[in-house]
Amino acid sequence: MSAFDSLRVRFSQGTQFIRDLRTAVPKGFRGLPVIDAKPCAADCAAACRDACPTGAIALEPLALDLGRCVFCAACAEACPTGKIQFAPEPKMGAAAREDLVLREGMTEMTRIKASREFARLFGRSLKMRQVSAGGCNGCELELNAAANVNFDAQRFGIEWVASPRHADALVLSGPLTRTMKDAVRLAWEAMPEPRFLVAVGACAISGGLYEGASGVDRSFLESVGPSLFVPGCPPHPLTFVNAILEFLGVG
Amino acid sequence: MSALVHRVAAADVATFEVKAWRDDLLRRARGGARVVTLFGRRLDEERVSITSVFEEAGRLEVTRTNATRAHGYHELTSELPALHCFERELHEQTGLRIAAHPWLKPIRYEGQEQSAMNQFPFYTIEGKEVHEVAVGPIHAGVIEPGSFRFMCLGERVHHLEIHLGYQHRGVERRLLERDPRRLAPLVETIAGDTSVAHAWAYAAALERLTDAPPLAVEIEVARAVALELERIAMHLAGLSGLAADVGFLQGATTYGRLRTTAINTSMRLCGSRFGRGAVRPGGVGMQLPPDLARDVEANLALLRKDLAIINPLFLEARTVQHRLVGVGALGVERARALGLVGMAARSAGVAIDARQGRTSGAYAAVPIAAHTFDEGDCWARARIRIAEMEASLGWLESALRQHGRWDQARAPIERLAPGALAVAVVEGWRGEVVHALETDGEGRLVHYKVQDPSLRNWMGLAIAVRENEISDFPICNKSFDLSYCGNDL
Repeated sequence: MSAFDSLRVRFSQGTQFIRDLRTAVPKGFRGLPVIDAKPCAADCAAACRDACPTGAIALEPLALDLGRCVFCAACAEACPTGKIQFAPEPKMGAAAREDLVLREGMTEMTRIKASREFARLFGRSLKMRQVSAGGCNGCELELNAAANVNFDAQRFGIEWVASPRHADALVLSGPLTRTMKDAVRLAWEAMPEPRFLVAVGACAISGGLYEGASGVDRSFLESVGPSLFVPGCPPHPLTFVNAILEFLGVG
Repeated sequence: MSALVHRVAAADVATFEVKAWRDDLLRRARGGARVVTLFGRRLDEERVSITSVFEEAGRLEVTRTNATRAHGYHELTSELPALHCFERELHEQTGLRIAAHPWLKPIRYEGQEQSAMNQFPFYTIEGKEVHEVAVGPIHAGVIEPGSFRFMCLGERVHHLEIHLGYQHRGVERRLLERDPRRLAPLVETIAGDTSVAHAWAYAAALERLTDAPPLAVEIEVARAVALELERIAMHLAGLSGLAADVGFLQGATTYGRLRTTAINTSMRLCGSRFGRGAVRPGGVGMQLPPDLARDVEANLALLRKDLAIINPLFLEARTVQHRLVGVGALGVERARALGLVGMAARSAGVAIDARQGRTSGAYAAVPIAAHTFDEGDCWARARIRIAEMEASLGWLESALRQHGRWDQARAPIERLAPGALAVAVVEGWRGEVVHALETDGEGRLVHYKVQDPSLRNWMGLAIAVRENEISDFPICNKSFDLSYCGNDL
């Protein structure tokens, strides 16, 4: 092998980064659910609600909680009229828990309002410490991917750091296991203020498939509430990066 | 069947008195049978049913005994070290006495607080020149939590004690709290980087518990396509990590971006970059219309083309060879004795692979090339991943050409057979994924045993690190690439 081969594979790589993360839509991605305004079938007997493994669906009016949704599409398959569909749209972060609930007839999600204070503090540099507390390595791999050659979050000064002492944001994944309760709190307390918490994935936002499971203890979240919610199972890197960018008012 | 699946009526399981069960197990093991799994179930306050599953000549066999918690049985780990994790788990989950066991350290501290974990007496090393290094549970990277305690003399590691359980969510109990026919999304999060293998093992065992006819070969192939894409993606992720850890940055970047190609191919097929939704009981959640088949083919061609360049660059780089060759070596004897499985075993001369020797299903329709290496070091564990990616790519190209029609409707899962035990073994990218499901006389699920290959392979890492430098730990760790949540459940 030679330097020529090294160049050849580099040439084949070309430029991999996605130029505009805010308009990118991943082809084939099962992303944002869309609830059609047409009426439900008279005889479906709440098939979508009963098919959902995380109890994310409420009826009359039909509402779907992205904080619980694991994007398995069991609801869409169960629905006889195709009222629920999953679009490839990755942008679905929210700054308030209730903004994650999609209702029938809604044309758009509530946008994340950039906080002027956070924009001033972190808009040009955000350091994040990720802690997994029962995360299955789905969220962790996608969060890592946010910093790879494709998504390249570093271009906005958004970076992962090893020490909570260096971090502005704690990015939590997993349903919060009892055996990680102490470590999560230690990490949070080690972070200097100003700081904020981001909940990534259905597990961290609501417990998801593990809500009420025997090894889970979510008491940390009762004392420290997330400032940002990133739905998914796992969230696409575009979901995560866009939520952060909107939250910081970047671009 | 593409997976190794076995169903037996509970009434027909060879059931022994405790002593006879133990003797029979030892006799089988000495005769060359491999213990695939061994687990317990509390029948009531007193009694524990112990199930042992053997593999011999490509077939599974099950034996059983009923023990009382207070009496238990005499440990097997001293003679068969590979059973250490099963006996520890058995004791932890059922409270069964396992007399004279050398090390009943909990596997995952079920139902305990971190403070209880912190009080566990680690092995210690004494002497003027020695020191200990503790890391975790939170590590420096964006990864899952676990704790490691190194006992060192200078830079040299004498012993590593691995301390897990931080990821324990309560998977096995949760699996029994839900409708057994709708567990796929949950099963896909047992180890999220192994979603397809776990989903397939679940589906195969569940389907076997019904009296439904076997799936069409096209559907088996579709599942295997998802499985091989998962394998390629995670081997690329592992090689990217290894390259980063040894400072070979072109490898880190190139393998990393090729992983994007692999997982985006999965996303095109099933909507998820992790193959979630690809496998569902009774069939698949994937389609392959002609235009998509062309895109998949193009992605595989790109992987082929760029891997043909980056693999030799990686393998011939002096920095890679210098850091990987001879580091973290585990001989074939130890690998076998410890009961290692999957790529870690195959890189140490132990040819265990549930895809080989199948007489029906996807890997009978299109056989996949088998690879083993003998050295058992980080270098072998890197090369096996390269060899297995190439095998998977070749398999995918043939399989997609020959069996690309996946539009059969999913078969509904009806009633589960009463009083039956089904065991399924699927060769995930790390190694064998084992799911065992048992029903009671009414056809209700009464036991669900999940086994990720990580449960067995963590001890391989602990032993491989001995006598290496502490600075070699990250590459040893990455070369085994084990799951924390797969162990902790």
